[in-house]
Amino acid sequence: MSDVVEKTLTALPGLLSLDSQTGAGKLSSTSKLGNLIRSITELTSKHDEEKLIKRELVAIKEQVSSPNTTMRQMKEMMVRSIYCEMLGYEADFSYIHAIKLAQQGAGLEKRVGYLAVSLFLNENHELLLLLVNTVLKDLQSTNLIEVCMALTVVSQMFPKDMIPAILPLVEEKLTHPKEIIRRKAVLALHKFYLIAPNQVQHIHSKFRKALCDKDPGVMAASLHIYLQMIKEGAEAYRELAGSFAAILRQVVGGKLPVEFNYHSVPAPWLQIQLLRILTLLGKDDQSTSELMYDVLDESLRRAEINHNITYAILFECVKAIYTIHPNAELMEKAAKCIGNFVLSPKINLKYLGLKALTYVVQQDANLALQHQMTIIECLDHSDRIIKRETLELLFRITNAQNVTVIVEKMLAFLRLCHEDYTIMDLVGKVAELAEKYAPDNRWFVETMSTVFSVGGDLMPPDIPTNFLRLLSEGSDSEEDDRQLRVYAVESYVSLLQTDPTHLPQRFLQVISWVLGEYSHLVDVLSPSQVIDLLVPLLDRPAVTSDTRSWVLSAVAKLGGGACSGSVVDGSEGAGLVQRVAQQHSSSLDTQLRQQALELLLLSRDPQLQARVLPRATAGASLEVDSSLSFLDGFVSEALARGAAPYKPPHQRQEELRQEKALSLEPYGLSLPISLSSCSIADRQSPTLLSISSGLSGNSTELLHRAGSGSLRLDGVKRKWGKDGYLAQREVPEEPSTPQETSTPAPQPSPQQGGALTPPSAEPSEEERDKQQLASSLFIGLSSQNSTCLMGKPEASSSQRFRRKQKNTDSASSSSGSSHSSRGANHFLYSSLLEEGPVSPIMLTQNSVAQPKHKEANSTLSEGDTPFLPAANGIAEGHDPEAPASLMLANEALSSAGGGARDSPSLMGGMELVQPCPLTPDPSHRSLSSHLPPELQNLPCSDCASLASDGCLALSCCRVHREDALVLVLLMANTGGATLLDVSVELQCPQLKVASLRGNALESLPSQSVSVCWYTLLMEEPHTHVEVTGSLSYRKECGASHTPDISASHTLDISTRLSLAHFLRPLVLSTEEYGKLWLSVSQDVKQNIQLLDPDRDPLRSSLTALQDKLQLHIVDIIGSEGIAACQLLRRGPCLLHCRVHAGVLALWLRSPVPGLPDGLLYHCQRALQER
Amino acid sequence: MIKAILIFNNHGKPRLSKFYEHYSEDTEQQIIRETFHLVSKRDENVCNFLEGGILIGGSDNKLIYRHYATLYFVFCVDSSESELGILDLIQVFVETLDKCFENVCELDLIFHVDKVHYILGEMVMGGMVLETNMNEIITQVDSQNKMEKSEYPATAQGFIPTWLLFKAGQPDAQKVSVLLVLLEPLLVLYQQ
Repeated sequence: MSDVVEKTLTALPGLLSLDSQTGAGKLSSTSKLGNLIRSITELTSKHDEEKLIKRELVAIKEQVSSPNTTMRQMKEMMVRSIYCEMLGYEADFSYIHAIKLAQQGAGLEKRVGYLAVSLFLNENHELLLLLVNTVLKDLQSTNLIEVCMALTVVSQMFPKDMIPAILPLVEEKLTHPKEIIRRKAVLALHKFYLIAPNQVQHIHSKFRKALCDKDPGVMAASLHIYLQMIKEGAEAYRELAGSFAAILRQVVGGKLPVEFNYHSVPAPWLQIQLLRILTLLGKDDQSTSELMYDVLDESLRRAEINHNITYAILFECVKAIYTIHPNAELMEKAAKCIGNFVLSPKINLKYLGLKALTYVVQQDANLALQHQMTIIECLDHSDRIIKRETLELLFRITNAQNVTVIVEKMLAFLRLCHEDYTIMDLVGKVAELAEKYAPDNRWFVETMSTVFSVGGDLMPPDIPTNFLRLLSEGSDSEEDDRQLRVYAVESYVSLLQTDPTHLPQRFLQVISWVLGEYSHLVDVLSPSQVIDLLVPLLDRPAVTSDTRSWVLSAVAKLGGGACSGSVVDGSEGAGLVQRVAQQHSSSLDTQLRQQALELLLLSRDPQLQARVLPRATAGASLEVDSSLSFLDGFVSEALARGAAPYKPPHQRQEELRQEKALSLEPYGLSLPISLSSCSIADRQSPTLLSISSGLSGNSTELLHRAGSGSLRLDGVKRKWGKDGYLAQREVPEEPSTPQETSTPAPQPSPQQGGALTPPSAEPSEEERDKQQLASSLFIGLSSQNSTCLMGKPEASSSQRFRRKQKNTDSASSSSGSSHSSRGANHFLYSSLLEEGPVSPIMLTQNSVAQPKHKEANSTLSEGDTPFLPAANGIAEGHDPEAPASLMLANEALSSAGGGARDSPSLMGGMELVQPCPLTPDPSHRSLSSHLPPELQNLPCSDCASLASDGCLALSCCRVHREDALVLVLLMANTGGATLLDVSVELQCPQLKVASLRGNALESLPSQSVSVCWYTLLMEEPHTHVEVTGSLSYRKECGASHTPDISASHTLDISTRLSLAHFLRPLVLSTEEYGKLWLSVSQDVKQNIQLLDPDRDPLRSSLTALQDKLQLHIVDIIGSEGIAACQLLRRGPCLLHCRVHAGVLALWLRSPVPGLPDGLLYHCQRALQER
Repeated sequence: MIKAILIFNNHGKPRLSKFYEHYSEDTEQQIIRETFHLVSKRDENVCNFLEGGILIGGSDNKLIYRHYATLYFVFCVDSSESELGILDLIQVFVETLDKCFENVCELDLIFHVDKVHYILGEMVMGGMVLETNMNEIITQVDSQNKMEKSEYPATAQGFIPTWLLFKAGQPDAQKVSVLLVLLEPLLVLYQQ
């Protein structure tokens, strides 16, 4: 009966609206929508549909804005608007009415209003503010449905700034008698936690109450919050592991009411959730893991019903078992489970089985071996997703021996693939494998060519860049490099000769760069021939202007070669170049035109060309000061005059936006909520350190990373693989033998591959093929060397195309090279002692400090890669003067100290060390024995070479004294003659140098070392300062004994010191910190990238900062941490860090102007280098 | 977290779309199209999981779908959801719909988009699974409908007089009173 009434009531407004269409009012609300839908389905073309809906929207618009429209009509029209929006037609006029409906409507209308709002708006929409009041009202309503609706809309979206307004009300609902309300309130708080974690920090105890709620539903809802919080930092919740395990035990044991069962499995989703939480908690923590062994065991045992959902539970169990601290018995069971998955005829389970295998294969390669035949079958599976997952698995087990087969499979898949995302992902993986394990040059170049042509323009740009970098940097062996380059040139020439039309742009760019750079290596190829091949590309319409400019650059390089070549060829080549340049000098593309005009000029003036594009120095190093460090002085001057520190544009914008926005937070919590999410790379500080690299171009970053990365990993026990915890018991074997061999053993080992295949009496042809494939795929994956897989991600020793900088670990080879380079006496690098602050120390000779100087003979030795120059083939090859200095770059003193200049116990600050036998044995090279005792136990940096010539080598190290930085200079007489009147002078305008002159020495006998030192203090914060000076001496002429005759020699000294060297930890309590924080004014904020964002990023980032910058970590609370340090004798600097949305929001304060900015810069660098 | 829930038919016509993360209007439509494109190509005897496209966001996201007669139900989820768990959640969702609409078919979804949304709202809230028990979901939806209805008389009473006052000032007031007289017995009937 009530149905009839309702229908009548529905019709009522229509009847009463008294307009001309009283008759139409009889149609119920659904039929209007029905009409719309019906007419849409009748249409055939998209165009008609668009027209119809536009018309419909106009009609709705008219009606909603009329004042006579009732709520009921409004509701009906909202449903129609929702329908139109779902089809993709904007109905933004109705948004405000949706809010109105939610506000004014009652019952059903309100529900439609809220629904429309949650579908139309997003949390940044400005209209949402209008909803806040409605939500407030409804939360206080006595009508449970209204409360529910309000909570639902809140958990879908709510303006972040308005959370404080409704938070107390939502919190109140946690104690509501109705279970459903409590549950929704918990989820609403979860939403708040996601968008503004610091707002709900104070109610953590209430979350815990929700976890202990008597209703299992509320408890289950609270798990969402816990999962999220534990993901962000498991440490704080470890003590809850027991409780979670107990809950799971009860659930598994069937203690829940029977209505929680799903297909007679007790609360499966709850189980899954709990297993995930336990997994996170047990990761890397043995005692916590032990709490859950038995419940995991029970879960495995209970989940035996053959239903989808039990497999879901099993899968989570398996993942948990392989993630937490290993337990052999459980692992065995889990392995059996994985087997069941993989062998299952159900395709979903097979997929999950493969996923599980991929997950565990780095710990237990045997498992992959056991299932190799299944894996082979999956490779040819009709389902592409299965294939894709199999490739993922193969990617993990790739080694030098099976790389060709695996890459071939991947490329075959790629050729048939049409999904952009998959292509992008897989292409990157192929490139990675090719670079790591390529068996030979031919294969490598061919594989990369396929990658370029298949990947096309979807390819991430770093793949071609890396490839070119690899070509230009070369590896250890010159001959290898040459062969690789020659092969690349040859293959590209033949590619261009056939048909270049189908090649993607990126590939064309790579080709033109390689040809421009290296075609001269191939003797039979004349530059004009290559130009002939390249020029047609310029005329192709499909070639983009970007590519054209690559081609033109190549032509320019080749043109240089052509002109300096033989006369006949030269004129011919030049003519061709001129023609091309002429042709494009009127191009509409300005960049192209400029290039063409430059080329035109160059081709007319061979001398200029020879200067601009010098042929001989193709591989020599160019010093590029990409960081504009020569402007440092200017910048610091400007800062000193009170200029605002530089902020990148987007940060400025963000700040502007923030200022505009209303701050609705209470003052106490004024933490940076949404700072700009700029990464470190975004902030191009003008004071980046200058690096001169051995390469032209922008490879400095890489050089940097490679250099520091490879060193630090030495001797570090690898506990974590790419995908999780590597079982302890398997760690002891370091990346092992089969990969160590630089020449891969290609012979397949049939007994190994075939060992575990099911014995079949008469294998069919197909079967045999598969077995063969298996043996080639799983080669190198036997039980005894399974551990090598773990080393894989870092197995730099097995990498074929090693970059030179990574070579620091092969001490023998570099010492060998210095042996051969010169002289009987050399210093052995004695320790890889890594000291905190980064210290780029320029190895300069005869003042090359000016960045304009693009001299090849200036090389840079990084504080942490002292081997670089020696290992650097290019530098050795092209720079005859280098060896002497390089040899000294190798000199490292395991520890060194220095005395304070003003210490009374020392005379003159200079000490003559008696000639000591400079044996290559590192144990004799401890220089600390020569130094005054008071500095010996202080932390100090490695010794880095400053300057040297044939007779005298000067190196320095920093000693971090409590009250100052001590710069210790070591002068080693490496020549055969005694040096006379040695004197050192140091100056630096930005520093207070405690002992500026003196340090004179009458004579320095051959083969002896003398030490002098300075105490330095930084008066005003600078990110870096340049300390310059000179050392002069005269050489004693051994034969004639007439020292006066020999001329005076001068060595220029130049070293850079960073702000970090002048920082010392400041030990504070949290209260003191709080007081100090409020009392200081200079502050800087910035978001920077986190270190390993997956697990405890805050702690690891802070620890990194502590190591690098000598901070004192005051406290870490939740996702926030505070630290403090002081600039020597100047003042403190306080850091506040907060992890927010995957970035580290740094906030620095200090009473010293400029200090926060400088420190921020170093923080960025410190994290960047990790 | 569940990023989006999409229902479309075999021709790619959207029947329901609910996003738990904010995307622009255009992106949402593109996601629907791309998802349909990916899902519709799949045979019947392949697995129910797919990698998300570029739009729905990289390797962390998965599409989990089920195909029922003319409709595809697709859940876009991130790695914190269990694949098989979601697969069964879709099953629960469809069974619930079936119970609510009594033999649910595509037309039910078309004409009662709002109701489908309410049912979904009881299962998934803000991208988080709220309830997985079918009976519980139906109880909640029913109780809402019931409570709304029981409120009606009160609303109607409060609503008509003011509305009347407003209309009374207009020329056709007479007509209105006539109508009200006609309606009165109905209201009385209903209140009983």
